[in-house]
Amino acid sequence: MTVLLQFLETWWVQLVCGVVIVAVVPLIAGYVVLVERKLMADMQARLGPMRVGPHGLLQPIADALKLLIKEDIIPRDADALIFWLAPVLSMTAALTSMGAIYFGPSFRVAEDINIGILFIIGVSSLGFLGIILGGWASNSHYSIIGAVRSTAQLVSYETAGGLAIISALLLSGTLRVSAIVDAQASNHMWFIFMAPVGFFTYLVASIAETNRAPFDLPEAESELVAGYMTEYSGFRWALYFLGEYANMIVVASIATTLFLGGWLRPFPNVHWLNWIDLLPPLVIAAVGAYCVYRAGKQPVKVQVWFMWAVALSCFAIAVLYVLPWLVQPLRFALPGLNGAFWFLLKISGYIYIFMWLRFTLPRYRFDQLMHLGWYILIPLAIVNVFAVGVALLLEAEFGWNRWIAMIVTTACTLAVSIYLVRLQDKRSAAASSATAVTSDSYAG
Amino acid sequence: MMSPAHYLFLSLALFLIGCIGVVTRRNVIVVLMSIELILNAVNINLVLFSRIYGDVAGQVFALFIIADAAAEAAIGLGIIIAFFRNRETVEADEMDLLKW
Amino acid sequence: MLDSILFYFFAGVAVLSAALMVTRRNIMHSAVFLVTTLLAIAGIFLQLRAEFLFITQIIVYVGGIMVLFIFVIMLVRLDVALHRVRFRLQKFVASLVVLALALELVVILALADKLPASLFMKESVAANHLPPNSEALAGSLFSSYLLPFEIASVLLLVAMVGAVVMAKSRRRSEES
Repeated sequence: MTVLLQFLETWWVQLVCGVVIVAVVPLIAGYVVLVERKLMADMQARLGPMRVGPHGLLQPIADALKLLIKEDIIPRDADALIFWLAPVLSMTAALTSMGAIYFGPSFRVAEDINIGILFIIGVSSLGFLGIILGGWASNSHYSIIGAVRSTAQLVSYETAGGLAIISALLLSGTLRVSAIVDAQASNHMWFIFMAPVGFFTYLVASIAETNRAPFDLPEAESELVAGYMTEYSGFRWALYFLGEYANMIVVASIATTLFLGGWLRPFPNVHWLNWIDLLPPLVIAAVGAYCVYRAGKQPVKVQVWFMWAVALSCFAIAVLYVLPWLVQPLRFALPGLNGAFWFLLKISGYIYIFMWLRFTLPRYRFDQLMHLGWYILIPLAIVNVFAVGVALLLEAEFGWNRWIAMIVTTACTLAVSIYLVRLQDKRSAAASSATAVTSDSYAG
Repeated sequence: MMSPAHYLFLSLALFLIGCIGVVTRRNVIVVLMSIELILNAVNINLVLFSRIYGDVAGQVFALFIIADAAAEAAIGLGIIIAFFRNRETVEADEMDLLKW
Repeated sequence: MLDSILFYFFAGVAVLSAALMVTRRNIMHSAVFLVTTLLAIAGIFLQLRAEFLFITQIIVYVGGIMVLFIFVIMLVRLDVALHRVRFRLQKFVASLVVLALALELVVILALADKLPASLFMKESVAANHLPPNSEALAGSLFSSYLLPFEIASVLLLVAMVGAVVMAKSRRRSEES
C-alpha cells in the first residue's frame, strides 16, 4: 500500500495528464468531426448539422450514443480474436503516442523522453498493424483490398515523412521534444522558415498517413465501400474512426513541435513584441463577445441560452488567463497557459489545412498516389536532408550565415524537385505515346 | 533493474521456445518467426550486458542484429513466395525437390 | 519494486506469447502473438535503459518485419492442411534436443558464480551514471562502428533488391 502511495506521490501529475488525454481526446476527436462537417458545409454553401442541439453542437454526442447502442455484428468466418484486436490496437497506438507530446511547457505525460519525437512516430506507426489485421479479419474482399492499399500507402508516405522530419531534427540536433522547441527559441525563428521544403513534404506525407483526402482512396465511399472498416459496425467502427482523428491530432502535434515552434509565440525572443503575450485572453474574450453578439440573433430560445453559455465559458477562460497577470503568486502558471494556447492554436491551424485540402482537391487514384510517394516525395525528402546537412556544414566549417546557407540549399532543393517533376512528366508523356501496357498491380 | 540472472533466464526461455518452434513446426513461415524469436533472445542478452557495464557497444551490436533480421526476413519471405508460386505449398515436408 | 513489477509483467507476457506463438494452428494468430512478444521484449529493452533500441524494435521489428510477415501470410494462406505421413516422433525428438540444450545452459548459468572474476573486465555502472542513450549510441555508431554501419546499409540494399527480384511475378519477367 505504501508503495502505491509513493508511486502516486511522484507520478500524480503525469497520471492526471494521462487520464485527461485518454478521457478528453475521444471527445475532442468527436468535436473535430463536427467542426469538419460544419466547415464542409460552409465551403459548400450550406449549413451542416443544425438540428441536434443548438447549431448541431450535440451532434457528436448523439452519434456516439447511436454507435454505442448499435448491434455488434461479427461476420461469419471472421477471425474473432483479430477482429476484436484490430480497432483496439489502432486506438491504443494513437493514444499512447500522445503520451510523449508536450501540449505546452508543462502539460505532458512522459517526462522528457530521450527519444521524444521518435517515440511519437514509432508508436503511432503501430496503428498500421490495426489496419492490416482489421482488413484481414473481416473476411471480405472490400476489406482486404482496402487494408492492403491503405498499408502500402501508409508505409510509402511514412518513409517520406520520416526523412522530412530528419531535416528539422538536423537543425535542432536532438530528439527530445523540449530541446527541439528550445532550439527554435534560440534560433529566434520557427524551423518552417529555415526548412520550408521539409515542412511541405511532411504536410503531404501526414495527409497520406492519416488516410485523409486527397489520399483517402482506401476508405472512400465511392471506391471500396469503406475499405478496411467495411465490416465493422457500432462501437468498433467508432474506435477506428476516433483512432484516425486522434492520429490527425498526433501528426499535427509533431508538425507543430518540429516546424511551427511548439508552444512558442510568434517571434519568441523579440522583446519589443512582448505585448503578444497579452493576446491569448484578448482573443478568447473576443470570441466570447462574438458569441454574445450572435446570441441576440438566434431564432430559438434554447439557442440563445446556449450561445450565452458558450460566451460565459469563454469569458471564464479569458479571466483564467488574465488572473496570473494580476495576482503575483500565480505568475508561475503564465508560461504554461500561454504555451498551451499557442500550441492548440497551431494544431487547429494545421488540422484546418487538412480539412481545407479535403474539401478542395479531388482524390488521387492509387497508382498516382504510389507514384507521387515513391518517385517525387521520397527523392525530394532525401535531397532535402542532404541540403540541410550541407547548409549546416557550410555554417560550421566555412562560417556562412545560417540564413544564407539555408536559402541557397533550399533553392537547390527546389531546383532538384522541379527537375524531378519535369522528368516524370516527360516520362509519362513518352509512355502514353508509346502505348505501352502499364502494369497496374494495385487495380484490385 | 533486476539481477542479471533474471534477464539471462528470460533470454534462455525465449531462445528455447524459439528452438522448439524451429524444430517442431512444419510451416516454414512459423519457422521463420521462431528464428526471429531466437534473434530477439540474443538481443536481450546483449542489451543486458551493455547496461551492466555502461558500454554502448552491446546496443550497437543489437541494432545491427535487428537490421540483419529485417534483411533476412525479407529475403526468406521472398523465397517462400517464389516457392509458393511453384508448388502451392509452404509446408517444410513438401519442399523435397532434391529427392527422387 | 516498480522495477520488478515491470520486469515480471514484460517477461511473463513475452514468454507466454512466445509459447502461444509456437503452438497455434492458425498462422495469423501466431503472427499476432509474435507481435505481442516483440512488444514485450521492447519493454524489457526500455527497462534496461536502452531507449533507442526500444523504439527501433517497435519501428523496425513490429512496424516493418511483422507487417511483412502478415502480408506474406495473407498471400500464402492455405485453408486445407495436407495430411501426409510425416515423421511421427518429431515432437518427441525435438523436445529431447531442446531439453539437452536447456540442461546445458542452465548448468552454465548456475555455475557462473564459480568463474574467476578476472573474466569480467569492468565494474558495473549505476543507472544515473549512464550517458544519454541516443547521443551515446550515435556517437559510437558514427565513429568506432562506422564500417559495420555502412556494411549494414549495403546489406539492406542487397536484401531489398534480392527480395524484389525473387518476388517478382513470373509473367512480367518472361516478357521483359
